[in-house]
Amino acid sequence: MVHSISTQEKFDLLCQMQRIRLVEEGIASRYHEGKMRCPTHLSIGQEAVAVAVGAVINSRDFAVSTHRAHAHYLAKGGNLPAMVAEIYGKATGCSRGKGGSMHLIDTSVGFMGTSAIVGNSIPIGVGLALSVQIRGSNQVSCIFLGDGAIEEGAFYECVNFACVRKLPVVFICENNLYSVYSPLSVRQPEGRSIAKMVEAIGAQSFQGDGNNVLKARLITAEAVDNARNGSGPQFIEFMTYRWREHCGPEFDNDLGYRTVEEFELWRERDPIALLQTELAGSIRDFELKWERANEVLKDEILEAFEFAENSPFPPAEEAFTGDFAVHGLEASP
Amino acid sequence: MNREVTYAAAINDAMHVAMHLDDSVICYGLGVTDPLGVFGTTLGLEQTFGSARVFDVPTSENALLGVAVGASLNGLKPVVTHQRLDFFLLALDQLVNSAAKWHYMFGGSTSVPITIRLVVGRGWGQGPTHSQNLHAWFSHIPGLKVVMPTTPADAKGLLLSSIFDPNPVVFIEHRWLHNSVGLVEQGDTRIPLGKASVARNGNDVTIVSFSYLTVEALKAADFLSNEKIECEIIDLRTLSPLDWLTIYDSVSRTRRLLVLDSGFTTGSLAGEVVARVAMSHYGRLECAPARLAMPDVPEPTSFGLTRGFYVRAGNIAAEVFKMFGMEPEYALRSLPEPHPHDVPDEWFKGPF
Repeated sequence: MVHSISTQEKFDLLCQMQRIRLVEEGIASRYHEGKMRCPTHLSIGQEAVAVAVGAVINSRDFAVSTHRAHAHYLAKGGNLPAMVAEIYGKATGCSRGKGGSMHLIDTSVGFMGTSAIVGNSIPIGVGLALSVQIRGSNQVSCIFLGDGAIEEGAFYECVNFACVRKLPVVFICENNLYSVYSPLSVRQPEGRSIAKMVEAIGAQSFQGDGNNVLKARLITAEAVDNARNGSGPQFIEFMTYRWREHCGPEFDNDLGYRTVEEFELWRERDPIALLQTELAGSIRDFELKWERANEVLKDEILEAFEFAENSPFPPAEEAFTGDFAVHGLEASP
Repeated sequence: MNREVTYAAAINDAMHVAMHLDDSVICYGLGVTDPLGVFGTTLGLEQTFGSARVFDVPTSENALLGVAVGASLNGLKPVVTHQRLDFFLLALDQLVNSAAKWHYMFGGSTSVPITIRLVVGRGWGQGPTHSQNLHAWFSHIPGLKVVMPTTPADAKGLLLSSIFDPNPVVFIEHRWLHNSVGLVEQGDTRIPLGKASVARNGNDVTIVSFSYLTVEALKAADFLSNEKIECEIIDLRTLSPLDWLTIYDSVSRTRRLLVLDSGFTTGSLAGEVVARVAMSHYGRLECAPARLAMPDVPEPTSFGLTRGFYVRAGNIAAEVFKMFGMEPEYALRSLPEPHPHDVPDEWFKGPF
């Protein structure tokens, strides 16, 4: 399948990345108010991978993700006000305040949940792929994971099982070089390629620039096509970089676990600025269009925060309900 | 129509009935399609329902439980089988952080209708890592249901209800029960989860029990009846949610409580039952409640080391005797440990 990208599509990708960036900057600028009272992991700097995947898969496809999932949720089409309300712990949140930033879900667009535990959602995504295979539907299951999850046993178990059963699953690894403050050098052997290792297990593997949304989209499209066409599990390693602290709204270069030079090098490769520069030369009246798009996004995001702020907390008694599903009341898939 | 079948055959029957009723039921686990079929419990399933729904899997306990959770989110009802509970410990992340939480922590957006069949061993040198009764761990986790049936009819009826329950259910089979026989009705014989059964009526002492220990309790009750002590035996069947009302009702009448547990003593489910009854019925009790559970050491392997190690009818009768100020040694002498002590009956020739 040929995946040519029109200029309009490129502009849409840019806007999608900017939308995620502005949402997360909105969280960062308000976090100190103390109203978002949960661990919150921002993807600022890593928007391209989420947007590339979101552009390739459709709302019937499944996705699961990690503690750092705002971008994946939004790119998959997850409801924005419900996400912000969830981070505020409100009754209108996507998990009714029981999950918070690390537990996002929107089943109406196939976004089936996220987990705070490293590697935990990988088997869930593989199980969704198994259900697709058993049901014979034409869906794929996308699993977002980080480089840290590559060190979890569940990852190897899952790639192996997915290969044995030739499941329609795409593993999307965002390698941002750090697990909290621990660099790759203390976690994985020097010089060993994650993608090649996974290839050796039996999954068709790719490696790509996670800050170039156009290239990431092409790679993802090929992998998703393969998975959908019965070629079995696909694995993509995207190199990228988180700008802010592991958990929370601040920059943390002062801690010294990574160098300012390294940070600046990656910031120069801002996925949004890169595409913006490219499109500025190829779209007529780009600045005007970009400005208008930003205004629309800012309005949408402001509304989402207002919705969250104005929503009520769930009644305290709700903490004691919903531990078990009740026959006939369970949500249909 | 009633038929006399083994506990293992009753489970096999339940699997066939469930898979026939609902094509979203799938069954997998190490060995479910092998010639022995997990002690006979999965025989014929692959032949009847096909390899898309019944299949063997890699030795990846944690991943395969998460796979069940994921498959259930898309409407399947997986039954995952392990030949020993101890192997399943590798799957605790997926059990505790995923299966038990997915419904609650996403505000009820989804549910996780999965059943996890676990077998626990005893005797014949099963030893430290083939004999652990860790139902108390599972009962400690909100969001999980825990079932531990004793009779073939209950095994069938409760397994059917577990499979069709919209929540994750840990279904624990005691290996010493697999060959026990009982009358089982054909067809869809669902028994509601969370309801205890009264295995024997009596007015003098309440014995709360479950799974294999109910068999020992019934033996003890026969002996005690000859000694003019009538035991009421409550077979819990479901450990979580637990049928407190049936326990309270019985203890209110008998005013004496003994709780049996095949798990380690400290932190046992028996401890929870004793605590709750003591807190809520203190004034009604004639004597301190008691429990009999496994000692707080790993189960040893050697035939020599397991002599006198297990809770059996003699211990139960002796404990009841103490409550009535009678001589426990007489009960122990009257109900001696069978020889050999490490098998349920002649049918069990090992190895596991």
